[in-house]
This record gives sequence, structure tokens and C-alpha cells, in this order.
Amino acid sequence: METLTFNYKGTKKLPQRAHVGVVGSGDLEVLLEPAEDVSEVVVRTRFDGYGPIWQEIMDRFFAVHDIKAKIEINDFGATPGMVSMRLLQAVEVSYDEQNEK
Amino acid sequence: MANIQETRSWTTRRDHKRKQLKSVAELTKGRIIPMANIVAVLEKLIASGDKVALEGNNQKQASFLSMALAELDAVKVHGLHMIMSAIARPEHLDIFEKGIAQKLDFSFAGAQSLRMAQMIEDGLIEVGAIHTYLELYARLFVDLTPNIALVAADKADANGNLYTGPNTEETPAIIEATAFRDGIVIVQVNEIVDELPRVDIPGSWVDFVVEADKPYQLEALFTRDPRSITEIQILMAMMTLRGIYERHEVISLNHGVGFNTAAIELLLPTYGKSLGLKGKICRNWALNPHPTLIPAIESGWVESVHCFGGEVGMEKYIAARPDVFFTGRDGSMRSNRAFCQMAGQYAVDLFIGSTLQMDADGNSSTVTLGRLAGFGGAPNMGHDPGGRRHGTPAWLNMITGDSAIQRGKKLVVQVVETFQQGNKSVFVESLDAIEVAHAAKLPIAPVMIYGDDVTHVVTEEGIAYLYKARSLDERREALAAIAGVTTLGMDISHKQRDALRENGLVALPEDLGVKRTEAKRSLLAAKSIDELVAWSGGLYTPPAKFRSW
Repeated sequence: METLTFNYKGTKKLPQRAHVGVVGSGDLEVLLEPAEDVSEVVVRTRFDGYGPIWQEIMDRFFAVHDIKAKIEINDFGATPGMVSMRLLQAVEVSYDEQNEK
Repeated sequence: MANIQETRSWTTRRDHKRKQLKSVAELTKGRIIPMANIVAVLEKLIASGDKVALEGNNQKQASFLSMALAELDAVKVHGLHMIMSAIARPEHLDIFEKGIAQKLDFSFAGAQSLRMAQMIEDGLIEVGAIHTYLELYARLFVDLTPNIALVAADKADANGNLYTGPNTEETPAIIEATAFRDGIVIVQVNEIVDELPRVDIPGSWVDFVVEADKPYQLEALFTRDPRSITEIQILMAMMTLRGIYERHEVISLNHGVGFNTAAIELLLPTYGKSLGLKGKICRNWALNPHPTLIPAIESGWVESVHCFGGEVGMEKYIAARPDVFFTGRDGSMRSNRAFCQMAGQYAVDLFIGSTLQMDADGNSSTVTLGRLAGFGGAPNMGHDPGGRRHGTPAWLNMITGDSAIQRGKKLVVQVVETFQQGNKSVFVESLDAIEVAHAAKLPIAPVMIYGDDVTHVVTEEGIAYLYKARSLDERREALAAIAGVTTLGMDISHKQRDALRENGLVALPEDLGVKRTEAKRSLLAAKSIDELVAWSGGLYTPPAKFRSW
């Protein structure tokens, strides 16, 4: 079990809270919440030693999505591809729910 | 003029065969070898150093004959040159350990791939080459004509006529090459009967039949349980449908076996329908009878399916759908691996499959360190046959130049998740196949699909349209742009990626109108084997290992 924290200076306000995925084998849960100031990502993963890959995933995510958000991730051995997909799904949900209002 | 040919005999093969047959007259009854005599008969019929084609197939195995072969006395019979499309059973390798066989020309080693790699390293097997299926069958008629064929059929009559039923696979190709150049054809059958349901191979091509103690081994290799399909595979399937099948109007195709392609099959009646694609794509298939195709067939998507072999449990369903499947007068399916491979090579618009490793140039292989798996049919279908002449919308759609003389291209698509389970990157700097070739003393690295044949690569990140690349550098960039956080993917910035998107070399889900949040299991037409059975109206009867009740 490992907890990793990453910080980014986002600029765009995130419209809505979003929750995607499940804590099941090979999957993960992503909680996305609007933040006031900077972005903070907290990753709890069952598998130790993948810090550099998490860092790269987050760097790339924030390079494209310049959002101000608090992100909480509970990982149960998801592949990096799955992590990226869930993150982008969470963003989709956040923007979609705004549009539906 | 001196007649220099006077001393030469032109019938040495025939004479040898006659002598061999005579030597077993006491042990056989006409065309029939009594089960108990099989080892004694093989010891007399097979000479040391003979080329022996053992079936060694994909789904079905001549298991009785391979076990008999492994019982031969290596002092009497040794140094055989085995020609086998698949190394599937332990005794396929035992014969090398015992010295009965020495040289091997093959295609695929699936279940035995670990032991195979070790035995080659230990010098117990001398590998000729790892072939594609068609290439191996082709060589049967050129420089690898068997002296002996050991094959399997369902039933025979007393005249040696054979019924191979749904699992005809490669039996006719092996027998034809052997029988017509005076080789000896020995067939194990599940039963000898008075009247066959139909004749798949005429008795005049067959020397001996032997009733086996047990039916030949038959594996359900092409059944994928929809329960195991992940949302990432569904996302990639959605992208493939929109960004490749719809965009290029893919009408005829082959699907490699795997969950990625099973997901595509199961999205046709749902997602495909919602896109209005029914009747426009995926009509004609060169494909084993994948149970996951049942919902698409039942919803009227599929016009025809020609099969390499059968699939356990699909027999009754296929027999009830003769408009779709190739069937005999008796009602059961006729498969033929050689013809279906040819169809997949020459006549389909698209091949789509997966791999374990891919390098920066798009070369891919399933041969990895310590595992000499080979690759079977994928390389036949996963390449662009330059000899093709007939145009179809998809094939013509691959033309990128504008000169007066142009040819189209087969679409060769690889679908991979950037990382496998256990965080192993699919994208590698150098294929293990290169090192394996060194260890096994192969003249070339066993590449499954060459990069220059690959037109599209799909990952969870997006699609790289490699056929559009104008240079090798551009190809590499396009591939890197969808390689995620692998080492290859880190070579490229997100600005470069946007430029490639603009030029149409790369498409992300959002560029294709695919929403990641729609990639849900509820989109699958069937989410379990039980639901496939329901779609089939109870005609599909899955083998026990796939049943959940």
C-alpha cells in the first residue's frame, strides 16, 4: 500500500464533482472535485513502486486539462491505460452534468 | 546418341511405398490397422529421417497417433523431420527428447511454448523455420512433401473414405500433398462406420485408418467469455468501429482471437446499430465460429462466415444457419484452414488482431523471451498481399498517392492496450524476437506482423493512421502519439500530438465522436456465456469450462 501526492497549478474551474470507476481488481475509483486554489492529487494504490508512472500520467493529464481540482484515486492494480481512461471519464462526467443543467 | 537415362528409375518413391505397405500386410486388415498394432505398424512404415506430417492442428489433434509415435523404439526409428502446424501436446516434444525426431518445421506452439524454447536452447530440436500456416501448407507441395502423414478424422468407412465434419481444418491439405507423391497416409478416426454422413476425403487418397481408443483431442480455442471484457476494451472497440470500420467501409474481415475483437463483435447489434452501420459494414467474414458473433448473426448483420475450423459447442447452431455458414449436405459445417487462410490473406478488407510486443516501427511479435509461441494464421491475414487485383471500397480507400497507377491496401489493424496487466509496456525498444532468434539460431527474427504492413494501430489513447504517414519518422511519431506513458509515448509532446491530429494521422476518442463515459459493459449485446446461449435460442451448447451454472 502506497500513498502518493501530486500538486499542479491549474487555472480552469471545474464545473462539477464527478465519481467514476470502482475499487475492483484491475480497476480504480476516481473522485474529482472542484478546488478553489491549486490542484491536489492523492493516489492510494495497492501496488508500491510505480511513483514515476503515476507522475507521468498526472503530468500529461494536467498538460491537456488545465483544471483546478481535488482528485482522489483509489487504485486496485489498474493499468496506466485504465487510469488515464478513468481520469478522462471523470472530466467528461463533470462537464456533462454541467451541460445537463 | 547414348541413352543416359536408361539406368535411372522414375518410380523410386512408388517402389519404396509398395515395399513399405507389403511389410505391414500381416499387421493390417485391408485399409484397417487394428488399434493394438499401431506402434508395430508405424515402426515398419516410418523410416529414419522421413518427413512426417503430424496433425498437430489448431483445434483438433491426432492425439492417438502422436502418442503412438512417442512409443516408437528410437533405435529403429530416429532423426525424423516433423512438419506440424501446431505443437500442442506434450508428446509432440517428447518425440524430440527421445531422439525419434530431430528437425521441426512448424507454425504455432501455444501451450508448449515454454518447454519448446528450453528444448531449442538445449539443442534437442533443430528448427527449420517458424512459418505462417499457408506458407507451411505451401511447402508441403514444394520442398517439404511428407513421406508419412498422421492425421485425424471423425469417421471412416472400410474403404478409407473419411468424414471430417465441422473440424476439417488442415487435414485435406496434408493428405493431398502426401497421397499424390507416394507418401503414406494414416488416419486415426473416432469410429469406423458402414455409411458416412458425407465424404470429405476420398478413400483412394488414404492408405490406412485406425480406430482410436478415445476421440481425437479437440479444444474450444475461440470462445471468449464476455464477462472478462473490460471497459477499456469496449472503448477501443468503439473507436475501431467509428474510426476504421465506418470510416473505410469495411465489409469483409477477419478478427484475431481475443477480448478486443470479441468486444467489437458484441458492439455491432448495440453501438453499431445506433450509428446506422447495419448492412454497411462487417457482412462477410473469414473467421472461426466465435460464439461472440452470435448476437450479430441473429440481428442480421452477417451474410457469410467461412471457417478455418470448428468450435466446440457451436455445431448445432451452425447447422441451423446454413445461409451464413458453409455446410455440407449432411447439415454439418465444412471448414478448411488452407482455404480460409487464403480467403483471409487475399479476399478480406481487414485483419484486426493483438500482440504482446510492438516496436517503434510497428513491428510486432507474440514471441517473447523464454516463450517460443509462434503465431499461426495472423501473419497471413496480417499482411498486404501485393498480388491482389480486385478493388473494394476499403481497399481502394487506402490509396494515398495520385499517380495514374495505384493499388489499394488491405487494412491491417493492431489493437493493444499500452500496458498489459502487471504494468508491462506493449511498446518496446527492441522485440524479444530478435534475441530469441539468436538463442534458437534462427536465420531471421520471428516477427508476427511487419510494421510496414500495419495500416492502423488502436490503443486506449486513440488511433494512429499509419498508412497516411509520408515518412518513417512520421510513422514513428503517429505511433508514439497513442503510446500513452510508455517510454515510446514519452518521446512526444502534446503539441506534436495535436499537429498529428490536425493532419489526420492520429485521432483521439473525442475526434471520432466517441465518449469515454459510454464505454460501459452494458453496451455489450451479451455480457455472459449464458446470454450468448439465449441469443442462439439454446442452439449453442458451451463446453463445461465456460458454463456458470
